[in-house]
Amino acid sequence: MDLKELYQDIILEHGKSPRNFGKCIGHNHEAKGYNPLCGDQVHVYLKLNEKKNVEELTFEGSGCAISMASTSIMTELVKGKSFETAKEIINDFLNMIKSGSVMTTKDLDEDQKTKIMSLSGVKQYPMRVKCATLSWHTLVSALDGKKNEVNTEKVD
Amino acid sequence: MNIENIKSQFPIFSKKVNGKPLVYLDSSNSSQKPLSVINRLDSFYKNEFSNIGRSIHSLSVNATNKFDETRESVKKFINADTKEEIIFTKNATESINLVASTFGQQNIKKGDEILITELEHHSNYVPWHYLRENKGAVIKFAPINDDGDIIISELEKLISSKTKIIAVTHLSNVTGTIVPVKEIIDIAHKKNIPVLVDGCQSAPHLKIDVKDLDCDFYAISGHKVYGPTGVGILYAKKKWLEQLPPYIGGGGMINEVKKDRISYAQLPEKYEAGTMATAEVVAFNESIKFMDAIGIENLVNHERELTNYALEKLKTINSVNVIGNPKNKAGVISFTIKDVHPHDIATILDEDGVAIRAGHHCCQILHDRLNLTATARASFGVYNTKEDVDILCKAIENCRKVFDLK
Repeated sequence: MDLKELYQDIILEHGKSPRNFGKCIGHNHEAKGYNPLCGDQVHVYLKLNEKKNVEELTFEGSGCAISMASTSIMTELVKGKSFETAKEIINDFLNMIKSGSVMTTKDLDEDQKTKIMSLSGVKQYPMRVKCATLSWHTLVSALDGKKNEVNTEKVD
Repeated sequence: MNIENIKSQFPIFSKKVNGKPLVYLDSSNSSQKPLSVINRLDSFYKNEFSNIGRSIHSLSVNATNKFDETRESVKKFINADTKEEIIFTKNATESINLVASTFGQQNIKKGDEILITELEHHSNYVPWHYLRENKGAVIKFAPINDDGDIIISELEKLISSKTKIIAVTHLSNVTGTIVPVKEIIDIAHKKNIPVLVDGCQSAPHLKIDVKDLDCDFYAISGHKVYGPTGVGILYAKKKWLEQLPPYIGGGGMINEVKKDRISYAQLPEKYEAGTMATAEVVAFNESIKFMDAIGIENLVNHERELTNYALEKLKTINSVNVIGNPKNKAGVISFTIKDVHPHDIATILDEDGVAIRAGHHCCQILHDRLNLTATARASFGVYNTKEDVDILCKAIENCRKVFDLK
């Protein structure tokens, strides 16, 4: 596989200048994720409004280009979505990365689809799948209000 | 043996990785195996296999003798006094656990201190941590300077009347620091403190002389010394092995078993319970023969030359930063590239057939000390060449290109 399929321009750009980086004001959910294999950490901050819509979604942390880009793109895509749609997008993404299934969600526009598909090359690199999925698992944890830190070695 | 043609003795180098010739720079993790070792495993299983020490039949007698021959070779390899001082384990990790557990059981009580260093691999920290958890021991860390050298004067200051043992690596698997363990052992012995040396990285790269060092314990992993997996070595002074309690209990390590009492076997069997990695230990003899045939001085010179060549070359690449600058350095080079995460470096280098390691290399304490979460690491074995270094540097340039670095 060509490296360029993994390190697409979108990924390199998001990796270098991640969106929604920092702590958002008024967050009412948060969760931490940790990858013990590399020591990378992510902290997701989430504001759900009274209708359970994702009003704000930001993150802090450090990691490789894949993990930073994946997290950055995740925040862009999930922000503004309802709780259920957010869950649907996350499941869709995790299935795509792990088993190569096609994204079925209808809640993303073309630009957003291009962004999320830029991460699909990761499935060809089994050792890097966890880099891409850590923040998504961490977001699930934040949405569900779970207390434990997400650990890449303890999730499916 | 001609060191330049040594690659041809390793079948793996005839394979391609991602369509490219393999440039294996992960020998600190585990070394590749020469054909002689692989063939010995094969021939032992095909023609000679039997368990050792338990049966009267010819196969068992032969297997027992061959197993014992490796013990004799290891004794010579590290210049131990007697064969009884050589215990076979699974790996260096198990060797250190053996000492921490048995020494701790006998000699550590609440408030006693164990002195290790900031350079240690997790395998020379976690086993001692168990004594902190279970016995209330205190673990102290001798600090390093920014070059990656242990500050010996600070180590000395950390020794107190409560210090019961010092455990230190001989060679850092991150900075390549060759630790002056003999000096540390002298300091410790003046205060009657025993010293365990983690020789996991040093055994394949330095001349090991346990008598000259006068260490109390020395731990080695066979798989890093061009040997099979599943073979570890613990050297310990006989007085310790006689005095300390056994570790794993079971068959082979007993003298007499009654309903009301058990007595234990003589050394070294006292510490070798259950069926051992028989074939692997037998084949490990070929690894030592391989090392002997090269000659440790030739090997040290070759790797030193290679390391210096690599360090000079890496210096010329923009944005590459080599971690540590110890006084004496072996062929372990950890580095970072500005604005590229080590995991990305490893993936991109792999596309060029270059196998390096990325992460904290089981040294989180050291990475915390250096304010790093992860590094990329290129480590050499005797089979590496200057051409390998050239390919590494080219692959790093490619990595910079992918990330569009100036």
